[in-house]
Amino acid sequence: MPEPDAGVISQRQSLVAALHKLLPEDCVVDDERGLRAFECDGLSAYRALPMIVVLPRDTGEVSRVLSLCHQRGVKIVPRGAGTGLSGGALPLADGVTVGFGKLNRILEIDTANRCAVVQPGVANLAISTAVGPHGFYYAPDPSSQLACSIGGNVAENSGGVHCLKYGLTTNNLLGVEMVLMDGEVLRLGGKQFDAEGYDLLGVVTGSEGLLGVVTEVTVRILPKPATVRALLLGFPDNASAGACVGEIIAAGIIPAGLEMMDKPAIDAAESFCQAGYPMDVEAILICELDGPAVEVDELAALVGDLARKAGATTIRTSASDEERERFWLGRKSAFAAAGRMAPDYYVMDGTIPRARLPEILTRIGELSREYDLPVANVFHAGDGNLHPLIMYDASVPGALQRTEEMGAEILKLCVEVGGVLTGEHGVGIEKRDLMGAMFTEDDLKQQQRIKCAFDPDQLLNPGKVFPTLHRCAELGQMHVHRGETPFPDLPRF
Amino acid sequence: MADSLAPTDADGLADAVRWAVAGERPLEVVAGGSKRRLGRPVQSAASLALGAFDGIVDYEPSELVLTAQAATPLAAIEAAVESERQMLAFEPADYAPLLGAADAAATLGGALACNLSGPRRIKAGAARDHFLGVHAVSGRGERFKAGGRVVKNVTGYDVCKLLAGSYGTLAVMHEVTIKILPAPERTRTVLVYGLEPGDALQALGAALSSAHEVSGAAHMPAEVAARSAVSYVAGAGAAVSAVRIEGFPASVAARCEALRDLLGRFGAVEELHSRNSAALWREIRDVRAFAADGGPLWRLSVPPEAGAAAAAQVAGETRARALFDWGGGLVWLAVDGADDAGEAAVRAAAAAAGGHATLVRADAPTRAARAVFQPQATGVAALTARIKRAFDPAGVLNPGRMYAGV
Repeated sequence: MPEPDAGVISQRQSLVAALHKLLPEDCVVDDERGLRAFECDGLSAYRALPMIVVLPRDTGEVSRVLSLCHQRGVKIVPRGAGTGLSGGALPLADGVTVGFGKLNRILEIDTANRCAVVQPGVANLAISTAVGPHGFYYAPDPSSQLACSIGGNVAENSGGVHCLKYGLTTNNLLGVEMVLMDGEVLRLGGKQFDAEGYDLLGVVTGSEGLLGVVTEVTVRILPKPATVRALLLGFPDNASAGACVGEIIAAGIIPAGLEMMDKPAIDAAESFCQAGYPMDVEAILICELDGPAVEVDELAALVGDLARKAGATTIRTSASDEERERFWLGRKSAFAAAGRMAPDYYVMDGTIPRARLPEILTRIGELSREYDLPVANVFHAGDGNLHPLIMYDASVPGALQRTEEMGAEILKLCVEVGGVLTGEHGVGIEKRDLMGAMFTEDDLKQQQRIKCAFDPDQLLNPGKVFPTLHRCAELGQMHVHRGETPFPDLPRF
Repeated sequence: MADSLAPTDADGLADAVRWAVAGERPLEVVAGGSKRRLGRPVQSAASLALGAFDGIVDYEPSELVLTAQAATPLAAIEAAVESERQMLAFEPADYAPLLGAADAAATLGGALACNLSGPRRIKAGAARDHFLGVHAVSGRGERFKAGGRVVKNVTGYDVCKLLAGSYGTLAVMHEVTIKILPAPERTRTVLVYGLEPGDALQALGAALSSAHEVSGAAHMPAEVAARSAVSYVAGAGAAVSAVRIEGFPASVAARCEALRDLLGRFGAVEELHSRNSAALWREIRDVRAFAADGGPLWRLSVPPEAGAAAAAQVAGETRARALFDWGGGLVWLAVDGADDAGEAAVRAAAAAAGGHATLVRADAPTRAARAVFQPQATGVAALTARIKRAFDPAGVLNPGRMYAGV
């Protein structure tokens, strides 16, 4: 992280006093015990005590806090529910963490326009709960949906098991209100499908809190499907499970969810929650289908046939919602189950072209033996998003470092086969130093120029995403040789 | 006559942009040229012709991903994916007939640069939602890439979103990767006859709020319906509302039946099968009803419920004919006889509805004199200008195409 600015830290008391003029007593946290609650997000191996935490209650307060910090050259770290897995909300010792826990109201449910307007601190699942009685739901469903906030989802462009069919957060947003680092409040989009001009909403989504702070979100809501059923499919090896995924897609089926677990993940889940998974298989697929009953029944039979042809030895189709939820139980408990298998675990998040899955799993197995660290793999198989869970013991000196090294090897492997470093967890600090494996210096500089357009002083969540910080003035320079014709060979006609 | 540069590879493309920067020569970026009359006229010293960037680079149907050079004709892409029973789910419109450029071939890069979509926007999203990765040259003359070749990716900023709908003002795309989806086996359309726009949008809203996975929801007032090439629509002698259902045969049959019940409460219903459905939704996608007129044509993007009121408000000020898509969220207005191409009335109606309007078709003097795109709020306009400078500080790429100074 950037070296903390001693000058800023020395003005801490005066900044606290200034913040108290903007916010009530209980919205400014500056005692160590209170600050401790904000020292990390879901990437808990990294911790830092924020200089100050503020908990604004409305857009005006957010704007005034940012404006004050901007004037004083103080950095800001936005924080949703703190469930992020890449360290995007890791505090700065010389920065103010802005928490959105008090901006937690659902402002409007507009069924005529099929959208909902909510504050950023509203939990993801709370949106579906609120619109449920009207027959709607909010589609993106990250596994932390009970706790994670919609503001954090916008920052990370969160996915979930249903994004194969329904898209990521970015595909389900209509508009935001956001505050720039200098306190200016902007509205992007609205209740209509397209924003006018550049798709600023599109670039803000997934920007990991580096471009602006979202204070209101308008999401699309979808009618609830008539029927949902799932198949639990067991295979003798990873390759046949991988092939079955390809066959399902090739048959023109886009399931609502298509998840895979390898043998170590099955074992961990089964011993954790006794989901009833077959134990004589090397891999399982959970294929969820939704839609009209007649379609779901037809496709369930078709998927069962495809699985049988691909060599499945277990084929079960849920006959009730309870059974379907039991199929999902082990998958949804996979992270917790890994936590039971070892004192600590580290979740990776690369995406690969689907067809490379068996090869990648073999290579991950080799790395697991080389580093002597057990790995369980859960996989959003439909869209190629792999979550290896590396199990380790942080109390062993050097273990975290070895785990991170192995994780980095896995992610480089993903890039090598045509994939990417992160499918849904974000870069944050975790994958920051790996960005060079995927992008050239020119690629990264062009991205940082976007940052400069939003936040020229680079006070908003600095130290995340980009391995090297460049000053905006330097990034903006352009060397031009005027008056010359440097490219005489260009074909012109 | 202005120069035309025709680079043949990415390095040549970067050279061309640097040549423009060095000599302060603004470029008009052109691939197929089908949308050259869309946007404000560009004051350019040369055109940058991308015709050499043609061809599918990689298409793996099982990965649902396709990479192509940016100037590959859409027709070639569509033929390739159709042969694998797949589709471009965002259903990009072909504006060539609308803009009097019937001979020009729309390209994939052009569809992305203008963030085109079609009736399926309501279910599958626009070009932006399917744009996964890009190789491009910035207005600095530097090559860069962003995104990737997989569907799920949050590595770095989503630069593809920014380039989608930037009308070539930020960077020159030369290779793009998009998401492909399986094509539906069957398509049906339920028609409802004789509804006024307000009632029609209520009916479409009911269909869209149902669990029947509607993939198109449009309304054609009688004089627009009369221009259709589909007999069930043209021969109705009344307004026609249309709801599309796609998917597996048994599912389509079941949903069609349910929708006939649901929509039968609003008016008399009829059903179109695959061929007529395809023809009707292509007409709606390409706004064929207004292709022959040649007068000013506006595209309003508004909250769906507000579509009918917005159209009525404009019609109260000036003569205007409307076509509604996206359940009312997209309103096409062909305006006649207004001195200002209907700008004042349309902008007021869009603002009242909480949406925005684009002057998609008008003669060049009108497009130079009027705001083609919705004027932006001060803060958003300033940010837009800073984004432009972040990519194209010398202002050599399609300067002024969207807004003066951008």
